[in-house]
Amino acid sequence: MPRQLIIACLLAFGASMTHAQSGPLRIEITEGVIEPVPVAIPRFIAETAAADTLAGQLTELVTADLVNSGLFRAIPADAHIGRVTNFNAPVQYADWKVINVHALITGAVTVTDDNQMVVSFRLFDIFSQNQMEGLQFAASTRAWRRIGHKIADRIYARLTGEQGYFDSRIVYIAEEGPKDARKKRLAVMDYDGANNRYLTDSSSIVLAPRFSPNAREIIYTSYETGVPQVFLMNVDTLRRRLIDQDRNMSFAPRFSPDGQRAIMSLSDGRNSDIYSVDLATGQKTRLTRTPAIETAPGYSPDGSRIVFESDRGGGQQIYVMGANGGNAQRISRGEGRYATPVWSPRGDLIAFTKILNDRFHIGVMRTDGSGERLLTGSRLEEGPTWSPNGRVIMFFREIPGADGGPIIYSVNVTGQNLRKVPTPTFGSDPAWSNLLE
Amino acid sequence: MKFKQTMVLATCLMVPAACVDLRGGPGDDGSNTGSGSVNDPTSVAYFNQTIVDRVFFEVDQSTLNPTAIGTLDAQSNWLLQNTAYAVTIEGHADEQGTREYNIALGARRANAVRDYLVSKGIAASRIDIVTYGKERPIAICSEEICYARNRRAVTLVTAGLGFQGIKGKGQM
Repeated sequence: MPRQLIIACLLAFGASMTHAQSGPLRIEITEGVIEPVPVAIPRFIAETAAADTLAGQLTELVTADLVNSGLFRAIPADAHIGRVTNFNAPVQYADWKVINVHALITGAVTVTDDNQMVVSFRLFDIFSQNQMEGLQFAASTRAWRRIGHKIADRIYARLTGEQGYFDSRIVYIAEEGPKDARKKRLAVMDYDGANNRYLTDSSSIVLAPRFSPNAREIIYTSYETGVPQVFLMNVDTLRRRLIDQDRNMSFAPRFSPDGQRAIMSLSDGRNSDIYSVDLATGQKTRLTRTPAIETAPGYSPDGSRIVFESDRGGGQQIYVMGANGGNAQRISRGEGRYATPVWSPRGDLIAFTKILNDRFHIGVMRTDGSGERLLTGSRLEEGPTWSPNGRVIMFFREIPGADGGPIIYSVNVTGQNLRKVPTPTFGSDPAWSNLLE
Repeated sequence: MKFKQTMVLATCLMVPAACVDLRGGPGDDGSNTGSGSVNDPTSVAYFNQTIVDRVFFEVDQSTLNPTAIGTLDAQSNWLLQNTAYAVTIEGHADEQGTREYNIALGARRANAVRDYLVSKGIAASRIDIVTYGKERPIAICSEEICYARNRRAVTLVTAGLGFQGIKGKGQM
C-alpha cells in the first residue's frame, strides 16, 4: 500500500453552470447492448515543464480506463476542433458538440521540485453545457497511476451513477515452464496489468489467492509443507503464516466481508467439507457434514450467507446456506455441472463456471438460481472474480495442448467487451481486490 | 533430481505400453529413496516396476476398477512382506475440471486407495496421502489419451517415516 499516496484535497471548481439542462448526461448500465458514449480527452495541460511527461501519461491512462470499460469511445485528438490550452478558460461547447462529443474531460498537472504533483480535472456535459465534476488530487509523482485511476473512477461514477473499479488490484498465479513441470508464483498487479510484482518464488505450488477486504493481505493455498494448506500473507512485508495448525489438507479459502474469518475446504483425511476459521484465534467451525466434495465457498457481501459447490447430488452443483451452515439449498438448475460460485459485491448475482458437453462457460445467475446467462465459453475456462462494482468479471482460459497455458480475460457482466488482461507470463486464478483505500 | 528421471526412464523401458507421453512429473517422485535393484523383490525399484505403483480412474470417479484392485492387492501383499516401508499416496486429476474441485477429487482418489490398502491389513499409520489435483500432470496433451493417464493415484514407497504429510487415521 503506497504510503506516499496522500490525496490532499478534493476541491470543487466553480459552481455548476446553470444553463437549462435538457436531461443531464447519464449512462445506464443494463443487460442490453451498450453503445459506447463518445468522449473527448484532450492532452492534459502541463502547468510546469517537469509535468509534461506525466500529463501525457495521465491522459493516456484515463483514456484507457474509460475506453476499456466498454462504456466509452474516445474521439481521437486529430478530430478535435476545439483546443484546450488553458485549464481555466471557458469551454467552447459548440466546438465539441459539432463533432458529437457527449462528455469532455480536461486536466492539468503541476509537478514541484520535491516530486509532488497536483492533478486537476473537469468533466463537462457538452449537450447540457454543464460542468459535472471538478476535482484536484495531490500526491507523490510515483503514485501517478493510482491518481489516474482515481480520476477515471470519478468520471465513471459521475456518468454512470455507480462506483468505478479502476483503482484496484489483481492477485493471481503467474505460471511458467512446461506443463508437466509448471512453475507457479503468487503475483499482484494493478487491474490493468501494470506494476506486476511477484510475492513468492516458484519452489512450492501455489493456488487460488484472494485479497482481504482492505487488500493488504492475501489468503491462498501452498504446498510448502508438502500438502496443500491455506496460508495468510501480508502483501507489504510478505510475512506469511499457516492458518490451520492441525495439518489437515486445506484449500479454496476466501475472506469474510469483515476480514475477521476465512472460509475454506478442509480435508481431514477422509473427505472435503467447508469450515470457517477465526483468523485471530484459529478456531474452526465445521459448516457442512456430508460424504460429498464441498468446496469453492464464498460469502454474500453482507456476510449472512455462503455459496459453495457440492457434488452431494451427483455432479457439481451450486448451493446456498446460512453463514453458520446447515439447510443448504441447491440453486443451480440447468443442464451440466456448476462450479466456482462467487457472489457479486452488489449482492444481486452469482458468477460461476458451467461445464456442459465438454465445454466450459463463465456465467451469472440471480442468487435464487434464476435468470442464468452464459457470458463466455471455450474448451477450458474457469475461476470468475468480480470487479469491485460488480460490473466486470475476470476469469482465466486455458490454451489447450502440450504447449498451452492459462490467459486471464475480463468480460463485462453484459457479456460484451471480452479482453485479455496483459501479464508477463501465463496467468491463472485471478482475484480482484476491493477499491483501494 | 537426477534420480527421478532415471526412475521414470527405467519404468518406461520395462513397460513401454504404459508410458505413452509419460514424462517424469515432479509429483511422482516424492521422497522416494533407496531404489535398490529391480531384481531385489524387497526394493522400491521392484515395487515401482513389477508391482506397479499406480492405478487409474474414470472421469470424476474414485471407484477402484478390477485392474486397480489387482494392482492394489499386489501392493498390499508387498507392503505386508516389506514392513520397513511407509507409503505416500498421491491423488491426481486430469485438466478437464475446475482447479479446486480437482484438489478435492485427488484427495478422494488417494483416500480410496488408502482405504483399500487398510482393508487389506496395511496399518493406516504407514500411509500418508496428498492430493495434487490437476497440478502435476504426467501426460500433457489435451486429449483423452493423456487425461486417462493423469487420472491416477500413485503409491510412493518411502523408507519409513520422515514424510511430513498427513497421517491416514482410518477414521475421522
